[in-house]
Amino acid sequence: MAQAGNSTARPVLEIEGITKTFPGVVANDNVSLTLNQGEIHCLLGENGAGKSTLMNMVFGLYRPDSGIIRVRGKEVHFEDSGEAIAQGIGMVHQHFQLIPVFTVAENIVLGNEITRGAFLDLDTARRQIDALAERYGLAVDPDATVGDLSVGEQQRVELVKALFRDADILILDEPTAVLTPGEVDDFFEVVKSLTQQGKSIIFITHKLREVLAVADRITVLRAGQVVGTTTAEGATQQSLANLMVGRDVVFRVDKAEPDPGESLIRVQGLRAQDDRGVETVSGFDVEVRAGEIFGIAGVEGNGQRELVETICGMRPATGGRIEMLGKDATGWSPRKINELGVAHIPENRSKHGVVAQYSIADNLVLNRYHHRKFARRGVRNGAAINGEAIALVEQFDVRTPGVDVAIDTLSGGNQQKVIVARELTGDLQVLVVAQPTRGLDVGSIEFIHRKIIELRDRGVAVLLVSAELDEILSLSDRIGVLYRGRLAGTVDADDATREELGLLMATGTTGEHS
Amino acid sequence: MSSVGNANAGIGRAAGQLHRLLTEVWRLQPLYVSLYAILLSFVVGGVLISIIGVNPFTAYWALLRGMVGGGEEIAGSVARSVPFIGSALALAFAFRAGLFNIGAEGQLLAGGITAAYVGALSWMSDLPGIVAIPLILIAGTMGGAIWGGIPGVLRAKTGAHEVISTIMLNSLVLFGVRWMVNSRDPVVLRDTDSTVPRTDPISDTAVLPELVDSQPSLHVGIFALVGICFVVAFVLNRTTFGFEVGTVGLNPHASHYAGINVNRVIVASMAVSGAFAGLAAASEISGTNGFFQPGTFFLMGFDGIAIALLARTNPVAIIAAALLWGSMLSGAPLMQQEADVSIDVVRIIQAMVLLFVAADAIVRYLFRVRELDQSPFKATSIEGAV
Amino acid sequence: MTTVENAAGIAGTSGGARLDRQSVSGLVFGLLGVALIVGVAPAISSSNRRFNFEPPPDPAGIGFDPPTWVIAIGVLFLLTAALGFAPPAARQWASPARLLSALAVIPLVLVLSLALSDNPSTNIVNLFNESLVLATPLALGSMTGLWCERSGIINIGIEGTMLAGAGIGYMTYATIGDAQSTAWLWFSILISVLAGGLVAALLAVLSIRFGVNQIVGGVVINLFALGLTGFLRSEVIVKSGITTGVGTSEFGLPLLSKIPVIGDQLFRGQPIYWLMYVVVIGTWVVMYRTPWGLRVRSCGENPHAAETLGVNVVRIRYQSVILGGLIAGLAGAWFSMESQARFEDNMTNAAGFIALAALIFGKWTPWGAFGGALLFGFSRALGTRLQFLGVEVSGFEIPSEFLQALPFVVTLVVVAGAVGRSIPPAASGQPFHRSR
Repeated sequence: MAQAGNSTARPVLEIEGITKTFPGVVANDNVSLTLNQGEIHCLLGENGAGKSTLMNMVFGLYRPDSGIIRVRGKEVHFEDSGEAIAQGIGMVHQHFQLIPVFTVAENIVLGNEITRGAFLDLDTARRQIDALAERYGLAVDPDATVGDLSVGEQQRVELVKALFRDADILILDEPTAVLTPGEVDDFFEVVKSLTQQGKSIIFITHKLREVLAVADRITVLRAGQVVGTTTAEGATQQSLANLMVGRDVVFRVDKAEPDPGESLIRVQGLRAQDDRGVETVSGFDVEVRAGEIFGIAGVEGNGQRELVETICGMRPATGGRIEMLGKDATGWSPRKINELGVAHIPENRSKHGVVAQYSIADNLVLNRYHHRKFARRGVRNGAAINGEAIALVEQFDVRTPGVDVAIDTLSGGNQQKVIVARELTGDLQVLVVAQPTRGLDVGSIEFIHRKIIELRDRGVAVLLVSAELDEILSLSDRIGVLYRGRLAGTVDADDATREELGLLMATGTTGEHS
Repeated sequence: MSSVGNANAGIGRAAGQLHRLLTEVWRLQPLYVSLYAILLSFVVGGVLISIIGVNPFTAYWALLRGMVGGGEEIAGSVARSVPFIGSALALAFAFRAGLFNIGAEGQLLAGGITAAYVGALSWMSDLPGIVAIPLILIAGTMGGAIWGGIPGVLRAKTGAHEVISTIMLNSLVLFGVRWMVNSRDPVVLRDTDSTVPRTDPISDTAVLPELVDSQPSLHVGIFALVGICFVVAFVLNRTTFGFEVGTVGLNPHASHYAGINVNRVIVASMAVSGAFAGLAAASEISGTNGFFQPGTFFLMGFDGIAIALLARTNPVAIIAAALLWGSMLSGAPLMQQEADVSIDVVRIIQAMVLLFVAADAIVRYLFRVRELDQSPFKATSIEGAV
Repeated sequence: MTTVENAAGIAGTSGGARLDRQSVSGLVFGLLGVALIVGVAPAISSSNRRFNFEPPPDPAGIGFDPPTWVIAIGVLFLLTAALGFAPPAARQWASPARLLSALAVIPLVLVLSLALSDNPSTNIVNLFNESLVLATPLALGSMTGLWCERSGIINIGIEGTMLAGAGIGYMTYATIGDAQSTAWLWFSILISVLAGGLVAALLAVLSIRFGVNQIVGGVVINLFALGLTGFLRSEVIVKSGITTGVGTSEFGLPLLSKIPVIGDQLFRGQPIYWLMYVVVIGTWVVMYRTPWGLRVRSCGENPHAAETLGVNVVRIRYQSVILGGLIAGLAGAWFSMESQARFEDNMTNAAGFIALAALIFGKWTPWGAFGGALLFGFSRALGTRLQFLGVEVSGFEIPSEFLQALPFVVTLVVVAGAVGRSIPPAASGQPFHRSR
């Protein structure tokens, strides 16, 4: 096959004038893009800009309303992803499409099985997988069960899966979201070596730093439209950000010096298990004082979810002690902790944060429905609930036709505002907040960041858990790194560097002691 | 086809008026789909009747007269419907909590045998009716509540899915009551004077007063079950407990996050659900049968599923749906007698009703009905089910 | 994404509060062992009893002394219990020991029953064979459930599918073969199978095309089949006057049925019974050794992942559910044309639900489900046998209902996770909507 390297632009994939609408939303509006042989083409855009939708059409999962897709000069109309795979297109999805109970080999061959007679031939498959792994430097064990692998290993399985199908156009959808800064660098090496072996790559991301590090060319998508195509040399972070958001973006969040008071959260030796009974929080200590934001950085899957849920009473602690506002709150129920003055903005909006079918009003009183204000002797007071809802919608700038519409008719950003409104109302002294801006547009992100800083300035102790290192860096006063269920290190936000945090996230040490 | 279209339009207008009455005056859920589903099912049943060479109108006319042909028929139909209110309510309440109580069948048996046992206790005859009747009803209710509570506890404590555990418990209680009622050595609850296996007759003081001497007889139990429907409607729509039940049903994760004790709601909902089935059984034992036989409640729990779906889990609409269900069963023998059509046709029609209500997409497609309301039975994945 | 979480997981009670499963089962076996040795063994008569291997007269068999056997099994239980608390090095033996002890319950029940009976001997080969035969519809039904659930569709309509197969098959046999002709018998069995497939196709359309809640779909099937077969029986079968006829006949497997003593009892049987083995083995081979089987399993675990690999999830689900239905139809034919040659209302009598229990008991695997079916078959066969033997415990005759109910209790315990949790396919019961 082709030995392109820096060949003269020979397009392998051309997208022309693609439009795709979902009920009520134009996801892609007349989008055009060209991928050349052997290049890394970054598709940059905010959450919800339509990047994944576009690529799902290239991969045959969605069908465009109009427009043309050409692969190696030939127009294609894919009925399903099997046809896209047959054309040499491979996609690694943001959420891995793996079957946890299957082995690596079974996951890789599924849909393109090798057979001997009528039967599966996994031996041959194993040999082919080993060969691929060697050739591209993607070590995987064909007989391991996928559910037991780390995210990094699962990502390698996904790549081998695509290569097993002889994909030479690879679509990588937010591939670095689950990696540490160090792993990201290694991953970029793999991606570059793939292009040297003739693969062409579309790299979807919303992280500007990565774009500049890896891209040959960049296409920026905003609200479903292409707003510019450029090369990496001609771009800066600021120019790309402005293009992506459509206005000047301030990177640094302005905030005053912290004025920390007494310690309101004190966690000692905390232990907790995940849903499968595996201990993921193993001896965690932290102390958060009034009027400061303590950020917890770390690669996802190091116990963040269990940590937050255990602190807020949703998950039993299997060891250790949680002290809130000076009281021993270990083993308390979520309600008891909440009524102490602890608010919790959950990581998973649709799973924990809202009841999708409920009205905005009911969602706004989801944890206070039984308060005297909203119910008397067990009978609810609809008027009071509505009144409260109308006030909060106004105060938190929730864009909605009314408080009695179901919350799932709102955008993600507005749903998150409802949650924030609910949690930040009342007499709170501690805020535990996980991934507060995941999947939101820049406007909502700024709004929520401002609210968190406002609270901190009012003397609330904030424990912030986020997978976005930038968010941690810009909001926190102190930063701790969570590594395998423990606090690997704490640094002052002013002294923190990406490199140091990255090393902590990847290895649990700063390297000095090891 | 145009005449069919006109007929549809006519029905559509009538249904529109009924719809307005139901939604604006009675504040009930829209019932379009249910009405069309019933209509469609009778059409399918009619086709079946024609195939065996009977004029469907003759058969349906007999069925209709069997259902509401006279005062006694009406009373009989109503009487036949009363227990279905309880079994449907059992399903509906559990549905609201996101639980699928396949076990109403077993909860009826548990409630029935408990009521029969308490009702036949020797000292019951010394009590006045005003004490004895509540006692037998409470006993049955408790029996159902306990048998319904077990799968609730299992679900809450171990995660065992209630569909599976209730199916197992249905079989268990069936074996249990069969043994209790059949066994002669030792005698457990069998009435040894009777040639058929049944329990001792309950004390006269524990018999619910009769209202109409119809077949089966209409008794005071109807007030209990109809009353309960309104109570449940109030609880679900207006109280904090109802809010908790509904929240757990729609999103147990968010409920837990919001401080609702999910396990307690699950156990309580299953127990309350079983209690309704138990009450229905007790009212039948006390008012209609006077003793317990294992076959009495056959399929009543499964019919409850259909009725609850037909009423879209609205407790007040359940009264109407149960009336339709019971009166069809009550009218079927006359259809068999006069038109020589097997009473099983009614069963087929009922299965079709359930089918069309559940698969409302078919009905919407056929009758071009807009998506009016959110069906509580679709688009939900049964987490961890079976 | 497709993680299965239960209410216990949500509320977090499943974690620390519960006792360690190993120690619970160790404790149970320990107590049982002590009870057997100290309590039961001295209480039962030590008169000699016999397990026969063939029918009278003059059967081959082995005599035994019941208390000795009870003590032996008791010791086995105690060893198992001890292993549960043993140092980690010996723990590798704990799991096989538990399995062995669990299996030992069967001889224990047999020994005890015989010891408490007035009859000194019973034919256990024949009992084993009866268990297998009675397990036939249950094993077939559990394979139906297996195919459906492994592809992601919960099927609680197995009962109705079987009933429809039984009723429609016999109706065909009665109307065109007068319930007498062998050729039409086979044709009618085929019709049963196809009827099962058709009913399952209805479930598939409801749950896949119309997105109906799958449990509701199953209930529809059950009610519909009950009504339809009742209707057909009274309108067609009864009116034809042929309410009973000749069913399938036994034949012996070549060579194997010539084995002395046991051959004639174990290796003679009716065709659907033999087909049951073919179906179970076939299910195992196809599900685990073929590309299609791999795809079916992927649809039950993570259909969206399968879709991204070009697997047509909708088609696979249709195929598996209908295949399951064909199997259930065969199970139906067992009732109306092999076990008996007649059709009665509600003839399957909850066998479909028991099959579902067997499937769960067997943790959604072909051999496990077959084992579950066998357990239910055994308890039913034993129930009948005990009535025949007249087993009494201090003047109290053990009712057959108790034995028949026992497997349901066991399944309930398994579902509750007390003896190793049974985890369903991750996407079972979840509607799949194709991306557009």
